[in-house]
Amino acid sequence: METDTAFIIDVVFWIIAVCTIFSAIAVVFLRDVFRSALFLVVTFIGVAGMFLLLRAEFLAMVQILLYVGAIAVLILFAVVLTRDVEQGSPFNGYIAPALVISGLILAGVIFVIINTDWNMTSGEIGSEELTFAFSETNIVGNIAELLIKKYVLAFEAVSIVLLGAVIGALAIVRRR
Amino acid sequence: MGLQQFLIIGAILFFIGLFGAFTKRNTIVVLMCIELMFNAVNLTAVAMSRYVVPYNNNHGVLIPETILTGHIFSIFIITIAAAEIAIGLAIVIALVRNYKSVFISDAKELKH
Repeated sequence: METDTAFIIDVVFWIIAVCTIFSAIAVVFLRDVFRSALFLVVTFIGVAGMFLLLRAEFLAMVQILLYVGAIAVLILFAVVLTRDVEQGSPFNGYIAPALVISGLILAGVIFVIINTDWNMTSGEIGSEELTFAFSETNIVGNIAELLIKKYVLAFEAVSIVLLGAVIGALAIVRRR
Repeated sequence: MGLQQFLIIGAILFFIGLFGAFTKRNTIVVLMCIELMFNAVNLTAVAMSRYVVPYNNNHGVLIPETILTGHIFSIFIITIAAAEIAIGLAIVIALVRNYKSVFISDAKELKH
Protein backbone atom coordinates (compact mmCIF):
# COMPACT_ATOMS: atom_id res chain seq x y z
CA MET A 1 0.00 0.00 0.00
CA GLU A 2 2.83 2.41 0.93
CA THR A 3 4.77 1.64 -2.23
CA ASP A 4 1.62 2.01 -4.33
CA THR A 5 1.09 5.56 -3.07
CA ALA A 6 4.74 6.44 -3.56
CA PHE A 7 4.64 5.04 -7.10
CA ILE A 8 1.51 7.04 -7.98
CA ILE A 9 3.08 10.21 -6.58
CA ASP A 10 6.19 9.54 -8.69
CA VAL A 11 4.06 9.13 -11.82
CA VAL A 12 2.18 12.34 -11.04
CA PHE A 13 5.48 14.13 -10.52
CA TRP A 14 6.84 13.07 -13.90
CA ILE A 15 3.61 13.94 -15.71
CA ILE A 16 3.67 17.43 -14.16
CA ALA A 17 7.37 17.82 -14.94
CA VAL A 18 6.99 16.89 -18.60
CA CYS A 19 3.93 19.16 -19.05
CA THR A 20 5.72 22.07 -17.37
CA ILE A 21 8.87 21.80 -19.45
CA PHE A 22 7.06 21.26 -22.75
CA SER A 23 4.81 24.24 -22.20
CA ALA A 24 7.84 26.33 -21.22
CA ILE A 25 9.46 25.31 -24.52
CA ALA A 26 6.21 26.23 -26.30
CA VAL A 27 6.33 29.70 -24.71
CA VAL A 28 9.68 30.33 -26.37
CA PHE A 29 9.14 28.64 -29.72
CA LEU A 30 5.56 29.51 -30.71
CA ARG A 31 5.18 32.32 -33.24
CA ASP A 32 1.93 33.68 -31.81
CA VAL A 33 2.27 35.81 -28.67
CA PHE A 34 -1.26 35.04 -27.48
CA ARG A 35 -0.62 31.28 -27.60
CA SER A 36 2.71 31.79 -25.83
CA ALA A 37 0.85 33.56 -23.02
CA LEU A 38 -1.64 30.69 -22.75
CA PHE A 39 1.19 28.15 -22.54
CA LEU A 40 2.78 30.35 -19.87
CA VAL A 41 -0.41 29.79 -17.84
CA VAL A 42 0.07 26.02 -18.23
CA THR A 43 3.65 26.37 -16.98
CA PHE A 44 2.49 28.35 -13.94
CA ILE A 45 -0.10 25.69 -13.12
CA GLY A 46 2.56 22.99 -13.47
CA VAL A 47 4.84 24.81 -11.03
CA ALA A 48 1.87 25.14 -8.64
CA GLY A 49 1.45 21.36 -8.85
CA MET A 50 5.12 20.93 -7.98
CA PHE A 51 4.59 23.19 -4.96
CA LEU A 52 1.77 20.87 -3.88
CA LEU A 53 4.11 17.87 -4.18
CA LEU A 54 6.66 19.76 -2.03
CA ARG A 55 4.06 20.25 0.74
CA ALA A 56 3.89 24.00 0.08
CA GLU A 57 0.11 24.21 -0.20
CA PHE A 58 -0.03 27.90 0.68
CA LEU A 59 2.52 28.77 -1.99
CA ALA A 60 0.60 26.70 -4.53
CA MET A 61 -2.51 28.75 -3.81
CA VAL A 62 -0.53 32.00 -3.99
CA GLN A 63 0.95 30.82 -7.29
CA ILE A 64 -2.51 30.14 -8.74
CA LEU A 65 -3.96 33.40 -7.43
CA LEU A 66 -1.06 35.68 -8.32
CA TYR A 67 0.50 34.17 -11.41
CA VAL A 68 -2.48 32.54 -13.10
CA GLY A 69 -5.01 35.04 -11.79
CA ALA A 70 -3.15 38.33 -11.99
CA ILE A 71 0.08 38.19 -13.97
CA ALA A 72 -1.26 36.01 -16.79
CA VAL A 73 -4.29 38.29 -17.18
CA LEU A 74 -1.98 41.32 -17.18
CA ILE A 75 0.15 39.75 -19.93
CA LEU A 76 -2.94 38.82 -21.98
CA PHE A 77 -4.19 42.41 -21.59
CA ALA A 78 -0.84 43.72 -22.83
CA VAL A 79 -0.98 41.35 -25.82
CA VAL A 80 -4.50 42.48 -26.68
CA LEU A 81 -3.67 46.17 -26.18
CA THR A 82 -0.78 45.91 -28.63
CA ARG A 83 -2.82 44.10 -31.29
CA ASP A 84 -2.85 47.04 -33.72
CA VAL A 85 0.94 47.11 -34.19
CA GLU A 86 3.09 44.47 -35.85
CA GLN A 87 2.83 41.25 -33.85
CA GLY A 88 4.48 37.85 -33.75
CA SER A 89 7.49 36.72 -31.79
CA PRO A 90 10.50 36.17 -34.07
CA PHE A 91 14.00 35.24 -32.95
CA ASN A 92 16.85 37.70 -33.28
CA GLY A 93 20.14 36.73 -34.90
CA TYR A 94 21.80 35.43 -31.76
CA ILE A 95 20.29 31.95 -31.43
CA ALA A 96 23.60 30.05 -31.59
CA PRO A 97 25.58 32.13 -29.05
CA ALA A 98 22.58 32.28 -26.71
CA LEU A 99 22.17 28.50 -26.97
CA VAL A 100 25.87 27.97 -26.25
CA ILE A 101 25.94 30.31 -23.24
CA SER A 102 22.73 29.14 -21.62
CA GLY A 103 23.55 25.51 -22.47
CA LEU A 104 26.93 25.83 -20.76
CA ILE A 105 25.23 27.31 -17.69
CA LEU A 106 22.65 24.49 -17.69
CA ALA A 107 25.34 21.82 -18.06
CA GLY A 108 27.36 23.31 -15.22
CA VAL A 109 24.37 23.57 -12.90
CA ILE A 110 23.20 20.02 -13.62
CA PHE A 111 26.76 18.71 -13.12
CA VAL A 112 26.90 20.37 -9.71
CA ILE A 113 23.42 19.15 -8.75
CA ILE A 114 24.25 15.55 -9.63
CA ASN A 115 27.68 15.53 -8.01
CA THR A 116 26.68 17.10 -4.69
CA ASP A 117 25.86 14.86 -1.76
CA TRP A 118 22.45 16.17 -0.75
CA ASN A 119 21.96 13.71 2.10
CA MET A 120 23.38 16.05 4.68
CA THR A 121 20.62 18.12 6.17
CA SER A 122 22.04 19.80 9.22
CA GLY A 123 23.96 17.66 11.62
CA GLU A 124 21.70 15.38 13.58
CA ILE A 125 18.44 16.11 11.74
CA GLY A 126 17.55 13.30 9.35
CA SER A 127 15.31 13.52 6.30
CA GLU A 128 12.58 11.42 7.97
CA GLU A 129 12.45 13.90 10.82
CA LEU A 130 12.20 16.72 8.28
CA THR A 131 9.29 15.02 6.53
CA PHE A 132 7.63 14.45 9.89
CA ALA A 133 8.19 18.10 10.86
CA PHE A 134 6.55 19.23 7.61
CA SER A 135 3.51 17.05 8.21
CA GLU A 136 3.20 18.31 11.79
CA THR A 137 3.76 22.03 11.24
CA ASN A 138 0.94 24.49 10.68
CA ILE A 139 2.55 25.98 7.59
CA VAL A 140 0.23 28.93 6.88
CA GLY A 141 0.12 30.08 10.49
CA ASN A 142 3.87 29.88 10.86
CA ILE A 143 4.50 31.74 7.61
CA ALA A 144 2.21 34.52 8.82
CA GLU A 145 3.97 34.64 12.16
CA LEU A 146 7.41 34.74 10.54
CA LEU A 147 6.32 37.50 8.16
CA ILE A 148 5.18 39.83 10.93
CA LYS A 149 7.90 38.95 13.42
CA LYS A 150 11.29 37.93 12.08
CA TYR A 151 10.96 39.23 8.52
CA VAL A 152 8.87 42.32 9.30
CA LEU A 153 11.47 44.75 7.90
CA ALA A 154 11.67 42.91 4.56
CA PHE A 155 7.87 42.69 4.54
CA GLU A 156 7.49 46.47 4.93
CA ALA A 157 10.23 47.14 2.37
CA VAL A 158 8.56 44.89 -0.17
CA SER A 159 5.22 46.63 0.38
CA ILE A 160 6.88 49.96 -0.36
CA VAL A 161 8.44 48.44 -3.50
CA LEU A 162 5.01 47.24 -4.61
CA LEU A 163 3.45 50.65 -3.96
CA GLY A 164 6.25 52.33 -5.90
CA ALA A 165 5.80 49.88 -8.76
CA VAL A 166 2.07 50.56 -9.01
CA ILE A 167 2.56 54.34 -8.94
CA GLY A 168 5.41 54.06 -11.43
CA ALA A 169 3.37 51.92 -13.81
CA LEU A 170 0.52 54.44 -13.69
CA ALA A 171 2.95 57.30 -14.31
CA ILE A 172 4.49 55.54 -17.30
CA VAL A 173 1.24 54.70 -19.09
CA ARG A 174 -0.50 58.01 -18.36
CA ARG A 175 -1.36 59.99 -21.50
CA ARG A 176 0.06 63.48 -21.54
CA MET B 1 11.11 12.03 -6.75
CA GLY B 2 13.73 13.73 -4.66
CA LEU B 3 15.63 16.95 -4.26
CA GLN B 4 17.79 16.36 -7.34
CA GLN B 5 14.82 15.93 -9.68
CA PHE B 6 13.23 19.16 -8.49
CA LEU B 7 16.53 21.03 -8.80
CA ILE B 8 17.12 19.70 -12.32
CA ILE B 9 13.63 20.72 -13.43
CA GLY B 10 14.23 24.16 -11.93
CA ALA B 11 17.52 24.37 -13.83
CA ILE B 12 15.85 23.37 -17.12
CA LEU B 13 13.09 25.95 -16.63
CA PHE B 14 15.70 28.59 -15.89
CA PHE B 15 17.63 27.55 -19.02
CA ILE B 16 14.53 27.87 -21.21
CA GLY B 17 13.75 31.27 -19.72
CA LEU B 18 17.32 32.48 -20.16
CA PHE B 19 17.46 31.28 -23.76
CA GLY B 20 14.15 32.99 -24.55
CA ALA B 21 15.18 36.25 -22.89
CA PHE B 22 18.38 36.22 -24.95
CA THR B 23 16.84 35.44 -28.31
CA LYS B 24 13.29 36.81 -28.58
CA ARG B 25 12.63 40.18 -30.20
CA ASN B 26 9.12 40.74 -28.83
CA THR B 27 9.24 42.59 -25.51
CA ILE B 28 6.19 40.80 -24.11
CA VAL B 29 7.76 37.39 -24.78
CA VAL B 30 10.98 38.52 -23.09
CA LEU B 31 8.92 39.47 -20.02
CA MET B 32 7.24 36.04 -20.10
CA CYS B 33 10.67 34.39 -20.19
CA ILE B 34 11.76 36.46 -17.18
CA GLU B 35 8.66 35.17 -15.37
CA LEU B 36 9.74 31.63 -16.28
CA MET B 37 13.09 32.27 -14.62
CA PHE B 38 11.37 33.64 -11.49
CA ASN B 39 9.29 30.47 -11.36
CA ALA B 40 12.37 28.28 -11.67
CA VAL B 41 14.02 30.10 -8.77
CA ASN B 42 10.87 29.77 -6.66
CA LEU B 43 10.73 26.05 -7.35
CA THR B 44 14.38 25.66 -6.35
CA ALA B 45 13.93 27.63 -3.13
CA VAL B 46 10.89 25.61 -2.05
CA ALA B 47 12.56 22.30 -2.94
CA MET B 48 15.60 23.27 -0.87
CA SER B 49 13.33 24.21 2.00
CA ARG B 50 11.60 20.82 1.80
CA TYR B 51 14.69 18.62 1.69
CA VAL B 52 17.58 20.53 3.25
CA VAL B 53 17.43 22.37 6.58
CA PRO B 54 19.52 25.49 7.05
CA TYR B 55 21.86 25.22 10.00
CA ASN B 56 20.39 26.30 13.31
CA ASN B 57 21.55 26.27 16.89
CA ASN B 58 18.58 24.32 18.30
CA HIS B 59 20.43 21.02 18.29
CA GLY B 60 18.16 18.43 16.77
CA VAL B 61 14.97 20.43 17.27
CA LEU B 62 13.13 21.57 14.17
CA ILE B 63 11.40 24.89 14.60
CA PRO B 64 9.20 26.45 11.87
CA GLU B 65 11.69 29.28 11.42
CA THR B 66 14.22 26.86 9.96
CA ILE B 67 12.02 24.68 7.77
CA LEU B 68 10.03 27.55 6.23
CA THR B 69 12.93 29.74 5.08
CA GLY B 70 12.46 28.80 1.43
CA HIS B 71 8.73 29.56 1.59
CA ILE B 72 9.43 33.06 2.92
CA PHE B 73 12.02 33.64 0.20
CA SER B 74 9.52 32.44 -2.38
CA ILE B 75 6.82 34.84 -1.16
CA PHE B 76 9.19 37.80 -1.47
CA ILE B 77 10.29 36.68 -4.95
CA ILE B 78 6.65 36.41 -6.06
CA THR B 79 5.98 39.95 -4.79
CA ILE B 80 9.00 41.34 -6.62
CA ALA B 81 7.93 39.45 -9.76
CA ALA B 82 4.49 41.07 -9.59
CA ALA B 83 6.04 44.53 -9.27
CA GLU B 84 8.43 43.78 -12.13
CA ILE B 85 5.73 42.58 -14.51
CA ALA B 86 3.55 45.63 -13.77
CA ILE B 87 6.41 48.02 -14.60
CA GLY B 88 7.50 45.94 -17.58
CA LEU B 89 4.08 45.87 -19.21
CA ALA B 90 3.68 49.61 -18.57
CA ILE B 91 6.96 50.11 -20.44
CA VAL B 92 5.65 47.89 -23.27
CA ILE B 93 2.51 50.04 -23.56
CA ALA B 94 4.65 53.19 -23.60
CA LEU B 95 6.90 51.65 -26.28
CA VAL B 96 3.94 50.81 -28.47
CA ARG B 97 2.57 54.32 -28.04
CA ASN B 98 5.85 56.02 -28.97
CA TYR B 99 7.41 53.69 -31.53
CA LYS B 100 4.39 51.80 -32.92
CA SER B 101 6.25 48.52 -32.35
CA VAL B 102 6.65 45.85 -29.66
CA PHE B 103 10.14 44.83 -30.78
CA ILE B 104 13.06 45.63 -28.48
CA SER B 105 15.35 46.45 -31.39
CA ASP B 106 13.11 49.35 -32.44
CA ALA B 107 13.69 51.26 -29.21
CA LYS B 108 17.12 52.65 -30.04
CA GLU B 109 16.81 56.34 -29.27
CA LEU B 110 19.66 56.21 -26.74
CA LYS B 111 21.82 53.97 -28.90
CA HIS B 112 23.84 56.47 -30.94
